[in-house]
Amino acid sequence: MKDLFKRNTRPAETAPEKKAGEPVQNVAAEQHGHLPKFTWNRSHSAADAGSPDKAEPAAQAQSQADIPDDLWIRCPACKELLYSKELENNKKVCQKCGHHFRLNAHQRVAFLADEGSFEETDPGLITADPLNFVSLAEAPYALKAVETRRKTGLNEALLTGFARLQGWALGLAVCDFSFQGGSMGGVFGEKLVRLVEEAIKRHCPVLTVSASGGARMHEGLFSLMQMAKTTAALSRLAEAGLPHFSLLTDPCTGGVFASYASIADIIMAEPGALIGFAGPRVIEQITKQKLPPGFQTAEFLLEHGMVDQVVPRKELNSTLATLLKLYAATPKPTLEQSQSPEVISYVG
Amino acid sequence: MSDKAAKAKNRASKPGAVTKVGLIARSGLVKEAKPAKEPEVATQDKASKPHSPSWERVLLARHVERPHALDFILALCDDFVELHGDRRFGDDAALVGGPASFAGRSVMVLGHQKGRNTKENIVRNFGMPRAEGYRKALRLMEHAARFKMPLLTFIDTPGAYPGKESEERGMSLAIAENLMALCRLPVPIIALVTGEGGSGGALAIGLADRMLMLENSIYSVASPEASAAILWRDASQAPAAAEAMKITAPDLYRFGIIDEVIPEPPGGGHLDRLALMATVRETLDRHLSDLEQHFTFQGEAGHKAMLDARYQKYRHIGHWAELSNFSDN
Repeated sequence: MKDLFKRNTRPAETAPEKKAGEPVQNVAAEQHGHLPKFTWNRSHSAADAGSPDKAEPAAQAQSQADIPDDLWIRCPACKELLYSKELENNKKVCQKCGHHFRLNAHQRVAFLADEGSFEETDPGLITADPLNFVSLAEAPYALKAVETRRKTGLNEALLTGFARLQGWALGLAVCDFSFQGGSMGGVFGEKLVRLVEEAIKRHCPVLTVSASGGARMHEGLFSLMQMAKTTAALSRLAEAGLPHFSLLTDPCTGGVFASYASIADIIMAEPGALIGFAGPRVIEQITKQKLPPGFQTAEFLLEHGMVDQVVPRKELNSTLATLLKLYAATPKPTLEQSQSPEVISYVG
Repeated sequence: MSDKAAKAKNRASKPGAVTKVGLIARSGLVKEAKPAKEPEVATQDKASKPHSPSWERVLLARHVERPHALDFILALCDDFVELHGDRRFGDDAALVGGPASFAGRSVMVLGHQKGRNTKENIVRNFGMPRAEGYRKALRLMEHAARFKMPLLTFIDTPGAYPGKESEERGMSLAIAENLMALCRLPVPIIALVTGEGGSGGALAIGLADRMLMLENSIYSVASPEASAAILWRDASQAPAAAEAMKITAPDLYRFGIIDEVIPEPPGGGHLDRLALMATVRETLDRHLSDLEQHFTFQGEAGHKAMLDARYQKYRHIGHWAELSNFSDN
């Protein structure tokens, strides 16, 4: 039962490729496949309350909006019942209709990075309250921030670090939509800029994965200025001759989409993701028009020439690896460090 | 009846009940029950200060008689030639620009243009540019870079236009490209918020070496109405949002985000345009001369120093704490 709990609540730690290497857990999970759902629920809540390392289960709890804590999950697009383990093995893509479930930042990193290669940078940065923001409806921002950190087990809406993708070194900056809607405030901007500056030092490309509602209201103009700050840093990356890849995932709107996520050399999007400058509700309010189906989806952006590719999650790693290889192939002496022959042969 | 009243009195005298009433009062549910004269008392207490200074500034910033970009450009510059079109899709009347002569030198000017009446505002789209407006701005920024003209921008927009066509034509990409171009622009940039600085639509021509604001202008991450709608799902709470978001020039100067607040004549700049323009001309010239002395006239090294200074200026905006030692920036 413990195995079962581990497999279902801590996907970030178990990369799908690695599963074959853990036969004991696999068998256990298989055997308990028909367990009634309450067993899982119980173990989950018990761990949540008592576990000393509560960051991980808490982070998982956040994705409950998309993925109910259940062995069986209903696909919101095609209403098909999916077995959660199979869904996990399929990188959280519905096997029936191809609907891409939202991932939290740790799940995303687990799917992208080579096993054990991810080293997080600046994990301890937390937000200050520059405006001394007092809200009408909810707790003051300073308290709300503490509450959000406790609930999500994350310190900020952006997870940054360095990893290897099929052997290629790269900087990763992944938004977590469950943390205040992935909104960009002072810490978000600072973490991204520190990552990019470090990437320039290490001579390695950067992949940003965006899922954000935009700038964070609670930090006022400080948030808006992060658009300038992050863009400035990534423009330095470009000047250093290093590529910036941007992956837009569901949902990505506002200040993030209108700044660093849009100045990448290569912009990719996940199928079906909602991506836009303004949210659909705002557009309908302003223009008093009903928006056609498929408006502001990844496919809509591809059609209008705004993104390079819509890449299914299954093909993402291979596409990225190919691009990393191709963009590193141009003679750039500064790239030597990250693409030394040993690294490449390590991939096999 | 009297029995009930006594019970009620009895209940009210219990400590728990009192707390409950207190909670309701604090939550604003019994606002109507308060004596009507209370607001007067409140204003008398703060006789020197208006009731909601931030909201009054918002109203002043949006005042219909307030000078708009073309008013500033024509009053401050000689020989302004307006250039139109983005060479891609169309022309945007909400964002105007072109070369001009300012205090003896050629400059490139850009600004959001609002209208004064409904007819004008339909043409100017209430000062909300579309993607083609920002692409025109990008074209003029490239002129500025190639022909070594300092860039002056006049910001006055509720925000970039959030319509259907904006999505189709890549508004986000247009804004992001402008931000990137401004980061690298090898000429001095001065941005002046003259009215409303609304979100990314303002920043897209507002990333600058010097950020200035008129005393009664505002600069915000989203308009007060939008902020209230996002935060509290109630756009009518805009005055509260204006207060909470700290969007006025003095607030932002205190935060160190902007470099100078340009004072306005009493009652607002629209009441004495000549005085306003004189102050603005003097301030812009002072900052521009300063930037030229420090950077433009110092050759290649000066250019590099200018871009570094610009990078550092934005690099240090933001507040955070480090969980290990809690050192605040």
